[in-house]
Amino acid sequence: MALALETRGLQREFGALRATDNVSFRLERGARHALIGPNGAGKTTFINLLTGVLTPTAGTIYLDGVDITRTKREQRVRSGLARTFQINQLFAALTPLETIGLAVSERMGGGRDWWRPTGSKRWIIDEVVEIAERFHLVDELERRTSTLAYGKQRLLEIAVAFACRPRVLLLDEPAAGVPEADRHEILAAVASLPRDVSVLLIEHDMDLVFSFAERISVLVNGALFKEGSVDEIAADPEVKAVYLGEGDDD
Amino acid sequence: MTISLATDHPGMAPSTSERVAAALKRRRRWRTAETVFWAAAVASVFLIPSKHLILNEIAILGLFALSLDLLLGYAGVISLGHAAFFGVGAYCAGLLAKAGIAEPVVGLAAAAALTAVLGFATSFLVLRGADLTRLMVTMGIALILGELANQMAWLTGGADGLQGIVMGPILGQFDFDLFGTTAYCYSLTVLFVLFLAARRITNSPFGLSLLSVRDNPLRAAAVGVPVNARLVRVYTLAAAYAGVAGALLAQTTQFVSVDVLEFHRSADVLLILIIGGTGYLYGGLVGAVLFKLLQDVLAGFTPQYWHFWIGIFLIALVLVGRERVVGGVADTVRRLLARRAGKE
Amino acid sequence: MLTLLFDGIAYGMLLFILSCGLSVTLGLMNFVNLAHGAFAMAGGYATIVLMSEFNVPFVATLPLAFLITAALGLVLERTLYRRLYGKSHLDQVLFSIGLVFVAVASVDYLMGSQQQIVKLPAALQGRIEILGVNVGLYRSFIIAICTVLVVVLQLILSKTRFGSRLRAAVDDQRVAQGLGINVGVIFASTFAVGSGLAGLGGALGAEILGLDPVFPLKFMIYFLIVVTVGGTSSLTGPFVASLLLGIADVAGKYYLPAVGAFVIYTLMIVFLLLRPQGLFARAR
Repeated sequence: MALALETRGLQREFGALRATDNVSFRLERGARHALIGPNGAGKTTFINLLTGVLTPTAGTIYLDGVDITRTKREQRVRSGLARTFQINQLFAALTPLETIGLAVSERMGGGRDWWRPTGSKRWIIDEVVEIAERFHLVDELERRTSTLAYGKQRLLEIAVAFACRPRVLLLDEPAAGVPEADRHEILAAVASLPRDVSVLLIEHDMDLVFSFAERISVLVNGALFKEGSVDEIAADPEVKAVYLGEGDDD
Repeated sequence: MTISLATDHPGMAPSTSERVAAALKRRRRWRTAETVFWAAAVASVFLIPSKHLILNEIAILGLFALSLDLLLGYAGVISLGHAAFFGVGAYCAGLLAKAGIAEPVVGLAAAAALTAVLGFATSFLVLRGADLTRLMVTMGIALILGELANQMAWLTGGADGLQGIVMGPILGQFDFDLFGTTAYCYSLTVLFVLFLAARRITNSPFGLSLLSVRDNPLRAAAVGVPVNARLVRVYTLAAAYAGVAGALLAQTTQFVSVDVLEFHRSADVLLILIIGGTGYLYGGLVGAVLFKLLQDVLAGFTPQYWHFWIGIFLIALVLVGRERVVGGVADTVRRLLARRAGKE
Repeated sequence: MLTLLFDGIAYGMLLFILSCGLSVTLGLMNFVNLAHGAFAMAGGYATIVLMSEFNVPFVATLPLAFLITAALGLVLERTLYRRLYGKSHLDQVLFSIGLVFVAVASVDYLMGSQQQIVKLPAALQGRIEILGVNVGLYRSFIIAICTVLVVVLQLILSKTRFGSRLRAAVDDQRVAQGLGINVGVIFASTFAVGSGLAGLGGALGAEILGLDPVFPLKFMIYFLIVVTVGGTSSLTGPFVASLLLGIADVAGKYYLPAVGAFVIYTLMIVFLLLRPQGLFARAR
């Protein structure tokens, strides 16, 4: 059975800086996998490589056993790979209804439709409402995204990625910047993701990592430093040293 | 697939899905202000017969600005060379008429087809690179076509313009008259039909994907929108619309001036759209009315140098802040005419 | 043919002096200034007026053209441009188009719409032989002046503290500010010098390029080509781009007179197709 996501020798340089250094990474099906590492370790670069925002200078990427190294961004989404961004990347003038609806509609190939009015397909609305309920956004469905509270926007960020019905979901610091009071909603939303979605989580918040993840990979200076189960990594003195050198993680 | 949450038991509160579907439907509905707008346009045919010539120009400018709105207001592409398509459409219709095919609607169709092809061909150039490159490429294309028009005087009449265009009756029935009445009705009808189509297109999933590309192309790609493919489409569409506007000009004024491809045309249409507001389709139309009024007033003082005042206006507009000047008026207009406010 | 090359080089260097200010402004302030040509025009008209109204000899008008235009640039930067640095590209485009319209109409009103003729001093007219090639004296003069300017500019950039502060600010504005570099002063002085150079170029070039109120519109695209093809991260890029453009334009107009202007536009498009980020842009 193929791995949900795999990279072999993935490499990316920016001039003299090697941001991603020979990374061979494996994401199992149904995984709850966290990627941690000090600031500047190259975690977001890695996600950008996986999703096609950046092109690797060397190495290959496999999604469900299929080589996607040369595939275009939007094609990867259609093949089942979705992500959230560390800083919300949403559509300021659109509503959550339209945002999630867009993702669903594109997934079903309806994005090319230039004649039928949006919302004429009832089952798309039903699916949007279902996703909104899952992410506690029902009351916000018709408000402009720019008017939503940050915590709600963050939930929308995850919801829209989820609406692509991905097989692999990459979450880039989902709880980042969310006020204390709203964090539990994010944590609950992440925890309730169905098992048929394999999740790779980048996080600094160790509570979230330890409560959510089953396996952890540690990225340092662009290279995979350590990998193992949550207990193994939590107890590993070398991992602690890498973090202690950086100071407090946040 | 999900199980629908709809129920149709009488007396039960509507489910969220039903509520949402109903709200979407309400949003698409024609607003009173819209009906008033078009009714006024039609009424002006009967009520202000002396002004039909200028009203015709407004309708054509409005269509031209509408085409730019599709590009700028809905897809976020800044073009400084949109006059390229306007000009090509004008020459196409003019030349076709001179070649003997004088039925206006056929001329429109031909102009639309030609400019669509041109738009499609140049769209790939426009998509590459960032804002500045895009500006340059759009300007460059218009400049090339302008040079071509100038050089190929044997075809286009060069600096003297294309003259001697004689149009046949529209659909074999309606002759063009001296007062511009037929011209205005013709332009207004074409504008209305194309407006309806644009309204439909922008309310479709395709239109929604354009808005997403405008607001955040990074995120749009991340939800599976094929950004470049959509931009190519809207660019082609916008080109065709501009081509029709140019053709209307050639047909109703029976003359094509060589300045139809000049930079100031592209700059003027951009200004028109900005005055009226982008992203809700009426901006170009409202802007065209305001612009023509402004032009009339200014040309009253200084017939030769009115572009000076346009320049002052632009500078002041940007310094004060577009939202503050246009915003107050445009927001009210937008609320009346459409629910969505565009991002500028 | 060598004469053509020589003419092309003269034209190219002139273009460089005209455009380098735009290149640095774009790289430094990320400001799309379509009105750059208006400063060149101002310098050209300053020379005309100085010569006809005040009987200043041609060569003496050149530094004056530089100073007058630089002062104009400084005033405009402090009063208008400064407020627009943070605004969207669309706003900047609208603003600079407005400025161009104002400039063109003002000059048309004040000076009339005819082409201005610059009467070159006898010492600069005629032809000479350099290295066996028969070339125009005036063009040699242009090449000489521009070469000196290029060397001086490069020295300023690489050897002086102002130069290194400027390069730092272009590279990363926030970090430069954090290091205590007064970015506002750098912006103002760079804009002034860039405009001044454009004015000087306009004065020098009036004889070759022509001078009339629509100058900013006619040449806008040339400056933009130089900047887009040459990039904004150094002076070398725009320099090479200007030379290429100058030679291509002159050669094109000579060998293929019917399509002269197209050569440039087509080259530009082909270029942008192949390398949309410019010849010398840094890989980001």
